[in-house]
Amino acid sequence: MKIAVLIKQVPATDKVKMDEKTGTMVRSEMEAELNPLDMYAVEEAVRIKERMEDTTLTAITMGPPGASDAIKDALSIGCDDGYLLTDRKFAGADTWATAYVLSQSIKKLGGFDLIFCGERATDGETGQVGSSVATQLGIPPLTYVSEIVDLTQNHIRVKRAIEGGHEIIEVKLPALVSVVKEINEPRIPNLAGKMKAKSAKVVIMDADTIDADPSKLGLKGSPTRVVKVFYPKLTRGGKIIKAKDPENAVNELLTFLRSKEII
Amino acid sequence: MGQNSKEVWTLAEFRGGMINPVSYELLAWGRTLADDLEAELASVILGDEITSVETLFHEGADIVYIVDHKGLANFLPDVHSNVLTSLAKEHKPEIILASATTYGRTVMPMLSTKLETGLTADCTKLEIDPESKLLLQTRPAVGGNVMATIKTQTKPQMATVRPRSKKPLKPDQTRSGRILYKEFSPQFFESKYTWIGFEKDESSDSPIQEADIVIAGGRGMKDENNFDLLYKIAKKLNGVVGASRTAVDMGWIPYSHQVGLSGKTVSPHLYMAFGISGAVQHIAGMSSSDIVVAVNTDPDAAIFDVADFGIVGDALEILPIFLKKLGEKDG
Repeated sequence: MKIAVLIKQVPATDKVKMDEKTGTMVRSEMEAELNPLDMYAVEEAVRIKERMEDTTLTAITMGPPGASDAIKDALSIGCDDGYLLTDRKFAGADTWATAYVLSQSIKKLGGFDLIFCGERATDGETGQVGSSVATQLGIPPLTYVSEIVDLTQNHIRVKRAIEGGHEIIEVKLPALVSVVKEINEPRIPNLAGKMKAKSAKVVIMDADTIDADPSKLGLKGSPTRVVKVFYPKLTRGGKIIKAKDPENAVNELLTFLRSKEII
Repeated sequence: MGQNSKEVWTLAEFRGGMINPVSYELLAWGRTLADDLEAELASVILGDEITSVETLFHEGADIVYIVDHKGLANFLPDVHSNVLTSLAKEHKPEIILASATTYGRTVMPMLSTKLETGLTADCTKLEIDPESKLLLQTRPAVGGNVMATIKTQTKPQMATVRPRSKKPLKPDQTRSGRILYKEFSPQFFESKYTWIGFEKDESSDSPIQEADIVIAGGRGMKDENNFDLLYKIAKKLNGVVGASRTAVDMGWIPYSHQVGLSGKTVSPHLYMAFGISGAVQHIAGMSSSDIVVAVNTDPDAAIFDVADFGIVGDALEILPIFLKKLGEKDG
């Protein structure tokens, strides 16, 4: 079975700089890491590789040259090879243009039986690239997957974590699966894995390599535009009391809730 | 009104034989946008044996498009997106809105890809730019630390909208409108998916993202049994129970209750945090709540920064008293 995992590098901290003019994130000079929610996608794919013979596992990301570190992270826990889609022309891509580049690269690599991705990235938080990639490729997306119930060479049956419970649904392969955190407990890379990843080669692909239509790339190819960026004030400066006497503290709480017409 | 009038569309979610109340929130957003555009507001509803659509008129719709077919009983993403694509190509709405539920967040990227138009995720504010008459879509990113306003340069302009970002309109029983039944040929209902079943989550009646009141617990709850206190309070206040990542990682409560960057984002009217210190990742998931109450032993806990009312104290000491006094109030 041929499996791909789509991953993203995200800022490691909560402090993110935005370019106020273009409205896109300034990714340079920032500490970065593999999107935490992508770890679950990589882990699930590695588990399949461990139990199904003749499985190859490919990690793919789009980003600046430094995003090869995210690929190395994926290689360190069991991916076989990694591709970095990097080109100045990709810069400023929205979810549509990102999904275009990812799906072009997947076509170029001959397609996969199963494509994994995380629920969403912790920076942009859109969660819509996976479904868009699947649709551009003409394969069915399975979103919010919390368990793979059954997987054969021909089909996959999953549980989807939706509002109020879990839905069980099945499709024929190829398919795209976006996973939620509930699905597994990602492993920590061991020393051997880290050593292997260090020496592994990350294959670079640019717009020409994937036969991309230049009009569909980056900011220029994006149907959406950020027109304004602002930083909301999160602090509220509420009334904080000390619970020396818990009875009194609760009385004050009740008074507060009454003033807000909650009770 | 004739064929040439503009339309704003909202997708109604029909499941378990009823219209999901988040669909009425969408109509409230859509009503303002349609009025500003001098357009008609349509609600598009897909399902099997659809009933009580007149409530969509009471809540603001001028038109209801109905596709009623047994092949739409469950959410088969290809069938739903193909039907919606065909409808949108025929009627060319200016705007299509869906709730940022698991349904909306799955079907909208498929639809926007097929329609080759832009999509903005999880908006908390929508308005019409008075000059360009385009939709201004505002959404939080990076855990609510950054807000971005986005314009779509293609039509239709598509967005998913965070549940609870607007109250439904006051229902007007006298309002009515046009119901348009749309028929589709059998091949539209052929699917790559086979729907097998649904397992209801017994621990929560209403999804945490759609709850009016969230009573959340974290590390300070100390163990699983103490969550009973939160469930009891949630029951008294008609709320649901939420949790920090620590509480979920400790196995005290299932993942579906986790609030935060790697869990769910909630915007309830009231959010109460018991024994939650307020890691950046947690605050990202609840900072858009209307009212925040926090109880924590550490006076420097970050959760107090985002609280409207806070008690520096042990949640396990406060909770039983709070529960008792809530009970007295009822009695």
